[in-house]
Amino acid sequence: MQGVAHQLLSGIATGGIYASMALALVMIYQTTHHVNFAQGEMATFSAYIAYTLISAGVPYWLAFITTILVSFFLGAVIERLIMRPMAGKPALASVGAFIGLLLLFNSLSGWIWGYEIKAFPTPFDGSPPFLAGVVSGHELGSFCISFAMLLLVYLFFRRTTLGLALRAAAHNPLSSRLVGIRVQRMFALGWGLAAALGAVAAMLIAPVVFLDPNMMGGVMLYAFAGALLGGINSPFGAVLGGYAVGIMENLAGAYLVGTELKLTLALAIIICVLIIKPSGLLGRAITTRV
Amino acid sequence: MPPLLETKDLRAGYGDLWVLHGVDLAVRPGGFTTLLGANGAGKTTMLRAICGMVRTSGEIVFAGERIDGRATEEIVRRGMAHVPDGRGTFLELTVEENLRLGAYTRRDRGVRPDIARMLEYFPKLQPRLRQQAGTLSGGEQQMLALARALLLRPVLLLLDEPSFGLAPLITREIFQIIGSINKRENVTVLVVEQNANLALSIADHAYLLETGRIVMEAPAAEIRRNEAIRRSYLGY
Ligand SMILES: Nc1ncnc2c1ncn2[C@@H]1O[C@H](COP(=O)(O)OP(=O)(O)OP(=O)(O)O)[C@@H](O)[C@H]1O
Ligand SMILES: [Mg+2]
Repeated sequence: MQGVAHQLLSGIATGGIYASMALALVMIYQTTHHVNFAQGEMATFSAYIAYTLISAGVPYWLAFITTILVSFFLGAVIERLIMRPMAGKPALASVGAFIGLLLLFNSLSGWIWGYEIKAFPTPFDGSPPFLAGVVSGHELGSFCISFAMLLLVYLFFRRTTLGLALRAAAHNPLSSRLVGIRVQRMFALGWGLAAALGAVAAMLIAPVVFLDPNMMGGVMLYAFAGALLGGINSPFGAVLGGYAVGIMENLAGAYLVGTELKLTLALAIIICVLIIKPSGLLGRAITTRV
Repeated sequence: MPPLLETKDLRAGYGDLWVLHGVDLAVRPGGFTTLLGANGAGKTTMLRAICGMVRTSGEIVFAGERIDGRATEEIVRRGMAHVPDGRGTFLELTVEENLRLGAYTRRDRGVRPDIARMLEYFPKLQPRLRQQAGTLSGGEQQMLALARALLLRPVLLLLDEPSFGLAPLITREIFQIIGSINKRENVTVLVVEQNANLALSIADHAYLLETGRIVMEAPAAEIRRNEAIRRSYLGY
């Protein structure tokens, strides 16, 4: 029984990370209508920034916040310099840009920090006594942080005028301009937020999977499965999907297919969703108005 | 008094094709001007050109400033609201969110009272505030589009075929509301319309567009009186 509880809780903990990455994917998808293949690599790059800061003696939480801010800025700059010129170009141009970004960040990380695996610190050591053996301190901390972050993002989108404008710009750029929204700034803000979400996710998963330039590969597969499961159109769905995939991954890994086949499970989810309900559980089918 | 909006030799088009071939148009402040013309004459393109939504050449002066070549959102921020072809509603968002977006550029405290006032103009929207805008009926959507545009507190309101897809009775109601907004709120109106008879009964000045050129300009009442003009240009 304690085993199941343990698998469930650690599934929710990693699920929070998948949910964050899934949300980042959806946010970019809503404005570009493409999956940002580079999201994971950008996040890894952020984790390296945190690693450098922490190695230089910066306190963990200061490094954490700094990394978020730098990543936000980097995301906004990428939108400005690389994605904006893609507007109005054929779809293949954006896909090419995403793949280019993926290669760029991957090799940049490897070139600057090397390809050998590095340990990444966690600020949550030791497990709270009442949960000993059920959930580790890092899992608990990681769950709390990703959950708090997702809640903040939710409140931002639902409760603030800026969040409303960001949603409006993603849904309907033309109408947004007609109410005076500076749409390009909103897109840059969206990219910044997605990059910041990715940075937090990467810093939370790095102590578990260890830091290397390809660290986020597996995570991205689960995140993508989660986003598709919930609906690539639906931020809320993607977050739920991310948590669901985290739980499924852990339970299936422990009791069903074993750890070797866990990644296959993610692929299986992706394929099943694409076949059975391409718009995802909470997403709407993409309709083109004529 | 100088015109609130003036275009000089305005050309506009899509790709490398011009649709407007040198339009001179002036809108008097406080006036209710209508732009009439057959399908494909270029009426929608004219409104898009004024708002910087299509490629243009020539001059556009709004409130004493050149606005040609500026970004749509910057033109809107100078006080020009546009209810475009297709209404420009955020269909996925709620009615209330659409209204809040209408006032997006405003930071004053008057937004809430203004929303309340819009709900007095358009009481049908009141019970639907939390409903997705895409689920409104055509008439309700046109009302929402008008309310959204007015919440910008515009100096100039551009309307593209407010009668589109609506029953004659609702069309008349909408035009009467636009007429009273024009007078009571001191908003200058430029409206594009297929229903020439209705537009002329409420407007004070009219332009006639034919394949991208202005072929006639006159006080609305004059056109209404002159059967020869109506027969040859408006077909009624
Ligand atoms: N997005 C576009 N791309 C290319 N050509 C266009 C576009 N929109 C309009 N046109 C062309 O421009 C011309 C004028 O169209 P416009 O929509 O301005 O006419 P309109 O007077 O508004 O007609 P209607 O009364 O049918 O709305 C038409 O020949 C049309 O085919
Ligand atoms: Mg038209």
